[in-house]
Amino acid sequence: MTHALRGRTAIVGIGEAAIPLMPPGSTPIDAMALAAMAALADAGLTLTEVDGVFAAGLQVFMPTLSLAEYLGLRPRYSDGTQIGGGAFLTHLNHAQAAIHAGLCDIALIVYGSTQRSAGNRFASHAEPNPYEQPYRVPGPVAAYALIAGRHMHEFGTTPEQLAEIAVAARQWARLTPGAVTQGPLTIADVLAARRIAEPFGLLDCCLVTDGAGAVVVTASDRARDLQRDPVYVLGAGEAVSHRGIAQMPDLTTTAARESGARAFAAAGLAPADIDVLQLYDAFTINPILFLEDLGFCAKGEGGAFVAGGALAPGGRLPVNTNGGGLSYCHPGMYGIFTIIESVRQLRGGLGARQVANAELALAHAPGGYMSSQSTAIFGTAATL
Amino acid sequence: MAEENTVSDETLSPRAYFERSCAAGNLVFQRDAATGRAVFPPRVVAPVSGATLAWEVSAGSGTVHATTTVHSRSGDAYNIALIDLDEGFRMMARVDETAPHDVRIGLRVRLRMQRDGEDFFPVFVPSGEVR
Repeated sequence: MTHALRGRTAIVGIGEAAIPLMPPGSTPIDAMALAAMAALADAGLTLTEVDGVFAAGLQVFMPTLSLAEYLGLRPRYSDGTQIGGGAFLTHLNHAQAAIHAGLCDIALIVYGSTQRSAGNRFASHAEPNPYEQPYRVPGPVAAYALIAGRHMHEFGTTPEQLAEIAVAARQWARLTPGAVTQGPLTIADVLAARRIAEPFGLLDCCLVTDGAGAVVVTASDRARDLQRDPVYVLGAGEAVSHRGIAQMPDLTTTAARESGARAFAAAGLAPADIDVLQLYDAFTINPILFLEDLGFCAKGEGGAFVAGGALAPGGRLPVNTNGGGLSYCHPGMYGIFTIIESVRQLRGGLGARQVANAELALAHAPGGYMSSQSTAIFGTAATL
Repeated sequence: MAEENTVSDETLSPRAYFERSCAAGNLVFQRDAATGRAVFPPRVVAPVSGATLAWEVSAGSGTVHATTTVHSRSGDAYNIALIDLDEGFRMMARVDETAPHDVRIGLRVRLRMQRDGEDFFPVFVPSGEVR
């Protein structure tokens, strides 16, 4: 039986702003507003038509309220679910349900950050974990390093295989206008970079930039009357497994197994159907785990799967075709950009980085310390 | 229905009880009264079962489950590890008295309560056990 929400909503507008840097003194809401206006212009819609607002952030405590005030929105539906970097894919899941239920018509999902320009003034409203505080945890990198070390221990994954992720991302970024880092990069460069939290060096870690992204979602019937070809939401899934890294049930298996299975079931599709993937790469281990847990290869075989430039342009599976968080941009939370690049690939016309005949795209992002997982599958009109 | 205390000292929060125990040299955890499962970090009700919890003192012996060497901006390198205590719970901690690079998955460790001013917190040291 076809899932009730399959193809009922579509992305009709996308927008980015503030990459890589906002002017001094800018606020995250400034960045969010720029991306929101770009997405509405892309859709051919106006602010007064927006009646659903979805947002999350690290710097802003109540971003849906702040953005609504700033832009003069009067939403009848809002959702500030904060489950980390993948929140925006979960917002999309919630938005499709809200639209289908008639709770809103035009949903605006927005993220914006001044993480880089704020520099030392960057303040997160995340609460400290008293059971981790004594150990000088340097942010998420240590948690993901523990995961990577465990994957290497259990499955023989190598530093070179981790480096493949960064090198493939850079090769895609070199084909992507506006990507923040575009210089040549080799596996040897990644391995020689300054160590941060082993096994990660600097080039195993995502960029630190400003940036904002926004997408506009509406019912498919309405979408067909708008100016851009709709990119349909075929399925979405979310899952939560823990908060702190010490409580992750299994360091080498993420809840992407659950979110992915839910998204594939809703879409009525399997991994072999997917033409292009955006897998949130905050650290190089991430895409390896997601390829395993989403079913693109067996558990433990992710390292071998990505070797030999398999994810790079011309490889066996196009992943992170804008350069990802490692090379395109990374303003604190990257999830919204996995939606935006999926839409771009399915609209087509991307030149050198365009995946030929792309009809089905998958976006996936974690949140926290692999704590939440959010997956969405998109298709062109031909896939309905 | 009779009310049941979920901590052994009803005047202390789970966090305060944990801190007071650390100051006395004890690493405490909780056990689910219904399933016998070890629970950490401390809380007011058992996960999944919703049962009451009873405090226990750990023997302090465990095994490194995962480890990383962190390089700080000031140049020093230090360890962060996840330790599986023999009672069946996992916690973040640090392994001292050995170089960060020598902390390996599977290393047997024992508790050494660390003092930092007024604060006490658990760290571990290699136990010398082979297993």
